[in-house]
Amino acid sequence: MIKNISNLGDAAVYCDFGSEVNKTINSKVIKYFKTIKKNNIEGINNLTPSYNKLIISFDLNKTSFKQVKNYLENIDLEDSQKINSKKLEIPVCCDEKFSMDIKRLEEILKLTREKILEKFLNKEYFCYMTGFIAGMPFLGDLDENMRAQRLETPRVKVPKGSVALTEQFANIYTFESPGGWNILGNTPLDIFDSSKEDKPNLINPGDTVIFKEITLDQYKNYNEY
Amino acid sequence: MSINYLDIIRPGINTTFQDKGRDHLYHIGIPFSGAMDNRNYLIANKLVSNHLDSAVIEFAYQGPQIKYSGEKINFAITGDVIFSIKKKDTEIEGKCYESYQIENGDEINIISTNKSVYGYLALGGEFDLKFQWNSCSINTKASIGSNDGKKLDVGQRINLKKINSNKDIKKTNYINTKIENIRVIKGTNFDYFSEEGKKIFYEKEFTVSKLTDRMGMRLEGPKIDNIVNTNIKSEGLIKGVIQVPADGNPIIMLSDHGTIGGYPKIGVVASVDYDRLVQMSPGSKVKFKEINLSDAETLFKLYEMETQNLLSQI
Repeated sequence: MIKNISNLGDAAVYCDFGSEVNKTINSKVIKYFKTIKKNNIEGINNLTPSYNKLIISFDLNKTSFKQVKNYLENIDLEDSQKINSKKLEIPVCCDEKFSMDIKRLEEILKLTREKILEKFLNKEYFCYMTGFIAGMPFLGDLDENMRAQRLETPRVKVPKGSVALTEQFANIYTFESPGGWNILGNTPLDIFDSSKEDKPNLINPGDTVIFKEITLDQYKNYNEY
Repeated sequence: MSINYLDIIRPGINTTFQDKGRDHLYHIGIPFSGAMDNRNYLIANKLVSNHLDSAVIEFAYQGPQIKYSGEKINFAITGDVIFSIKKKDTEIEGKCYESYQIENGDEINIISTNKSVYGYLALGGEFDLKFQWNSCSINTKASIGSNDGKKLDVGQRINLKKINSNKDIKKTNYINTKIENIRVIKGTNFDYFSEEGKKIFYEKEFTVSKLTDRMGMRLEGPKIDNIVNTNIKSEGLIKGVIQVPADGNPIIMLSDHGTIGGYPKIGVVASVDYDRLVQMSPGSKVKFKEINLSDAETLFKLYEMETQNLLSQI
């Protein structure tokens, strides 16, 4: 199922599952990820699943590219292994205070604010991967006519909780960070919580997410309940 | 109340606790972190009879000034560092790769690293620190690790949980070597670049820019021209990956890097050269030299053997 296995430097294996981005390919990536994680192979110290790639890092003192590649070629994938996925509702406030790039989106997409929100909200998104910054979920897919490129010059600081769009994906900035995505709103929810070591991420690969709009008042009061 | 502690009189520019780092967390977006220069980290611990994976204080450029209170304790500094030890009525210049004993009221003043970036201060004992995912390494970007994931600050007090009973004074004659070429293995998007761009990458000199920290090292120099696509579908990163964004200037991922990136990967720094790469300060010149996987593996094994040898002689 892996199209090509190559080395990424001397301490990682690069598994290529194809060039398209879709749930079928991503599910294969996640299946490998879960099996390898479960097998707990000596020397493998990190796994990064993404849309259509899986990167396996290892400790060069304990194993090597050759050994990990050999393991992958003979891996016993458990077919029954289901992705244990959740369905989550994420409150988002799209008040002008938060939707910093709404004007830009209106221009690029040639849609009104109302239309953009209508197309974005109350729709199911699939979590392909998490990362870049801790816990950031990459959610897809946005409708064809909702796809915009990144900002030409990324912001130095994107506020925590920002819900943003780029190409076919939406994401959530789990804490203040630099970033170049088009910001549409903000969620009061903590998407990443490092004090929960066993489950720091609210949203995990394979989960389904629906954005529900809240007002600015509801946003302000959100964490009081 | 701890009776042995440090007071931070001056924190320095980028002073953090680091240890071996944390693994198995890339998939949720958390990088390894840990001491940038692993060899110097290990030597520092060995010089004060610590477990090799103990937490140390890592500093960059200007280091901290620290006042110690408590029972006698050993400390050692590794790297290429200028520092002094202030005792009751004397101040002596300190030497790296030697342990010293200090007592109540003594101060360590780490003035700066010399033509390098990182230095390590190990104390013969155990700091009282919070661990997250089995590591106290501070990742300031994600606010993870000890000290609430923040750099050390002025006026802070750091307690020690214990002091080693072994107070032998140790030393080694290690000298940090500089390398002219950083060895790299071809990246997965090497063919995204023009023939001219590939030539530039391996033949021209780049300068380490000021925009360099624990997350990444930005280089400046001749532009590397992309002929396929300046973006790729976001995918995982590892430390040492050299990405080239649309502006043609390479960025090398370092220990606190973002775990996912969307720029083409032209190369990956061979593990053998990582410790020395991170010590290149802004303004340093870098040249890349291509090696193959099997040479990279052999060179790393030799480097590790050398590290083990150094440690066993202390």
